[in-house]
Amino acid sequence: MEWTFWMAPGLLAVSFVTALLIFPLDEEQVRLRTALNLGGATLKLILVGVMAWGILTGHEFEARLSFVGELELVLRLDYLSLLFIVLSAILWFLTTVYAVGYLEQSPHRSRFFGFFSLCVTATMGIALAGNLVTFFVFYELLTVVTYPLVVHRGTGEALEGGRVYLLYTLTGGTVLLLGIAWLHSLTGPVEFVTGGQLADLAVERPATLRLIFLLIVGGLGVKAAIFPLHGWLPIAMVAPAPVSALLHAVAVVKAGAFGIVRVIFDVYGIEVADGLGLLAPLSLAAAVTILYGSVRALAQDDLKRLLAFSTVSQISYVALGVSLLGPVATAGGLVHLLHQGMMKVTLFFCAGILSETLGIHRVSEMRGVGRRMPLTMAAFTVAGFGMIGVPPVAGFISKWYLGLGALEAGQEWVVPLLALSGALNATYFLPIIGAAWFRSPEADWAEFDGPETDWMLLFPALATALLSLAAGVMAGLPFSPLWLTSFAVTEIHGP
Amino acid sequence: MSSYVVYVVGAGLLLVVGVHGALTARHLVRLILALNVMSGGVFLALIAISARGAGSAAGPDPVPQALVLTGIVVAVSITAFVLALARRIHALSGRTSLSEEDLE
Amino acid sequence: MIVTMVLLPFLGGCLAFLLRRTAPFVAVLGAASVAATAAMLAVGVWRSGPRIYAIGGWGAPIGIELVADGLSAIMLLTSAVVVLAVSVYSIGYHEHDDSDAWHPGEGFWPLALILWGALNVLFLSADVFNLYVALELMTLAAVGLVVLSGGEAALMAAMRYALAAFAASMMYLLGVAILYGAYGRLDLDGLATVVSPEPAAFVAAALIGGALLLKTALFPLHFWLPRAHAAAPAPVSALLSSLVVTGSFYLFLRLWTGVFSTIAVPAAGQFVGALGAGAILWGSLQALRQQHLKVMIAYSTVAQVGYLFLPIPLLTSAATTPDGALLWGIDAWNGGIYHAISHALAKAAMFLAAGTIVHALGSDRIVGISGIARQLPITTYAFGIAGMTLIGLPPSGGFVAKWLLLSAAFASGQWWWAVVILAGGVLTAGYIFLVLGQELSLAGTDQPVELSKVPRSMEYAAFSLAVASLLLGLRVIEPIALLQAGLPFVEGG
Repeated sequence: MEWTFWMAPGLLAVSFVTALLIFPLDEEQVRLRTALNLGGATLKLILVGVMAWGILTGHEFEARLSFVGELELVLRLDYLSLLFIVLSAILWFLTTVYAVGYLEQSPHRSRFFGFFSLCVTATMGIALAGNLVTFFVFYELLTVVTYPLVVHRGTGEALEGGRVYLLYTLTGGTVLLLGIAWLHSLTGPVEFVTGGQLADLAVERPATLRLIFLLIVGGLGVKAAIFPLHGWLPIAMVAPAPVSALLHAVAVVKAGAFGIVRVIFDVYGIEVADGLGLLAPLSLAAAVTILYGSVRALAQDDLKRLLAFSTVSQISYVALGVSLLGPVATAGGLVHLLHQGMMKVTLFFCAGILSETLGIHRVSEMRGVGRRMPLTMAAFTVAGFGMIGVPPVAGFISKWYLGLGALEAGQEWVVPLLALSGALNATYFLPIIGAAWFRSPEADWAEFDGPETDWMLLFPALATALLSLAAGVMAGLPFSPLWLTSFAVTEIHGP
Repeated sequence: MSSYVVYVVGAGLLLVVGVHGALTARHLVRLILALNVMSGGVFLALIAISARGAGSAAGPDPVPQALVLTGIVVAVSITAFVLALARRIHALSGRTSLSEEDLE
Repeated sequence: MIVTMVLLPFLGGCLAFLLRRTAPFVAVLGAASVAATAAMLAVGVWRSGPRIYAIGGWGAPIGIELVADGLSAIMLLTSAVVVLAVSVYSIGYHEHDDSDAWHPGEGFWPLALILWGALNVLFLSADVFNLYVALELMTLAAVGLVVLSGGEAALMAAMRYALAAFAASMMYLLGVAILYGAYGRLDLDGLATVVSPEPAAFVAAALIGGALLLKTALFPLHFWLPRAHAAAPAPVSALLSSLVVTGSFYLFLRLWTGVFSTIAVPAAGQFVGALGAGAILWGSLQALRQQHLKVMIAYSTVAQVGYLFLPIPLLTSAATTPDGALLWGIDAWNGGIYHAISHALAKAAMFLAAGTIVHALGSDRIVGISGIARQLPITTYAFGIAGMTLIGLPPSGGFVAKWLLLSAAFASGQWWWAVVILAGGVLTAGYIFLVLGQELSLAGTDQPVELSKVPRSMEYAAFSLAVASLLLGLRVIEPIALLQAGLPFVEGG
């Protein structure tokens, strides 16, 4: 077989084998474990680089494995997958560095990092899945392997968080499976093909297809935290900071959003979905979620809960973008997959640093923290501006394209929505940033020597902040997120 | 032919008595006895089937008789086992019937 | 080769009775060699179709025939694997009581081996009476095993089990008598050709079917199961919940799709399916409210037995619809059996893992197992992986089974079974993760509980079974291909 066959399974195998090697390690084997973690993450980055180069130079990466009957497990790289694996590989590397620093003293590190790697394996599988069943397999696997991470602290609160998390995600998964099995019984195996393959069926049985869409997107909407299915996300915040970062920026929430993207573009096809009248309700749900998340975030004092509600709001930009017809809006939605990931991971890194170093968990305790930790707060500020949509940070690019795309699609109502959402974001981010820099601290952490915190915590936060900034400033240049997105948009809408 | 009818009617009666006993008895030994009466009915039914061919040249059908033999072995083994079990339960707890309390 | 698989366990059982001290090694050796034979048989059946062996050179209808088709082969292989793991586990489990007096371990080995021998006979028999003998032998050995732990609860449970089994046994025999009276033969293939819709056949089918449902403990005839499976020692619970239940289900499936296929009406199929649905809901809800680990797992068996019977309505309607067999019958058949073998492996793993926990803690209250993941990580993983299979999460054998059943349900237009299947999955997840959460919990465990030492072999035996149930979900082609050898309802299958 060709080397291109093995690349996609190899990408999964890297993190899977890392996990298998880490599980049996003793707690004390810190060096070996760290070496394995970073080695795996680095190797993954290299493989992703090779695959990105390959697809841009016209290679096709596809692996098929016969599963049940005529069903196959398919891993295939297309431009949509590329977006997701680039994001995951980069953020996984940085999050691993961060997690190694963050969890240095805590128990059960082997278990933690084992499941951490499995979590990335599942995410890669979701990104590369070439048909609905393969997608579902990895989607459910992700649910299972994130559970031990969510309850990692083992407190009553953590267990409760884990319980709610499972209740939501497993029920969502079940509804999703119902939809998939039903669709499968009508069409046979559902491959991801641009434009979908349901055009004929849409004429014959439009009502059935609408119901199936509701089941599938309803199931995916749980992980994508679309209102009113978002309830688990703020509660799952009990997890350690690197887990929250991963959940919000790369893995779980993204898996849901990515699934919705796949279903619209590659299962139904954007024209068919529009013809069935499915896109307008979805964009409405996304719009409601955007406002709802922001409004709830306003009232939060707990920093991580605030960020959670901010995620609820931000992730729906993706659904909004893909449910508006037209290439520009699609670009805005897809590029936000990447931008939101980079910015949100920065914010969670910073929140983790604050709680680890100074014991700060609440917004009200952040006064003057900028003087104590200037670099951390600089990163926080960049990402916060990005969330608001201040140029030239990445978030601005997303919103700009969303707005343009909405106008192009004749959906003028989106523009005031974006403005309102931006204003709400500013209302909760700006006071935090302002207080951190310009108010005088109450606590006595004024005197300190040396670095403001462990470099393993600081470096990832700074790196992602810089990436968010660079993604905005250099959006027009090759290798920017927007540039990567343009290939996917061309694939979907034609040149 | 007449013996065939006797066997069938007998089997039916034994079955009815056995089932009635199995459903109403509380005491363990009564329960075991009732099940044995029931099995007697089943065996008699098999004998009746065997007896159908008694008048013909081939003689009584041997297969059902073999079945009865095996059935008796099984019934005797179970009976012996549950009787021993009943004695043991009585010795341990003084009870002579199945406990009805909910499993907790 | 077929005869070895019957003879070896019985021979081993007798040897184990005589040798006592070396019994464990006899058992492990026997299990390993039968597992190897079963694997060879499976490959043989897969390559060249069903095998028939006439004992003593006498074929049906006079002599006794042993037949191995795909279904038999996969069941034989599964049970050999389970017995092997349970044997390895039991060596460690019975090690700690080393008094000179008689101890449960000595009773365990002969009975377990005879139970297994009877099971193998059951899987290979091709006439209703030989099946009867195998079924009774299996039940007697099973009841004997339940008594081993010796407490009052175990004795009561065994009594209940024995009486239910006795009644079922007589029902079955009466059914056989009626069949023989009406058709004059006992071999499965022969009966299948002559049984026609008439009162005698219906009565026989009702008696035999009812007896088997009672033995399989399908809701609402499950009353004896939870107590018996929970009160028995852990290796016994594993054997009972994974193999004995599967054995009587196997027989039900054989007869329903064979001897009684001409009289199985769709309404009857729907009725059995409804009982299955009732079992799934009732068993799961009961499992959710249990406070003892082993009782919870036993109720989980009640629920999972329900899944075993969901293919029945699908198979019945497939037989009465043109092309139904090809459209969804095969999927239903494969799905049902896939569930049976995945469940057998996973449930055995789960009971063994629970046994390890009880062994270490001395109690099986679910609230008491907080933080056990710290001391017994491998057991926790075993429990979790087995749980994935039971819930039907991918990638596991349980998911494959669920997918096949879902496909069959939709293809046949009987979507209500799909809803039942999925709802059952969510409920299962409820009780599995209740336990897993406790195991991972660190609340209130500042001072680690003093645990008895657990031999590593026990932990790994459970873990291997759990991984096997997971692997069934990754390599699906071969087992499914094997199942196609000797399909009962497809011409030339």
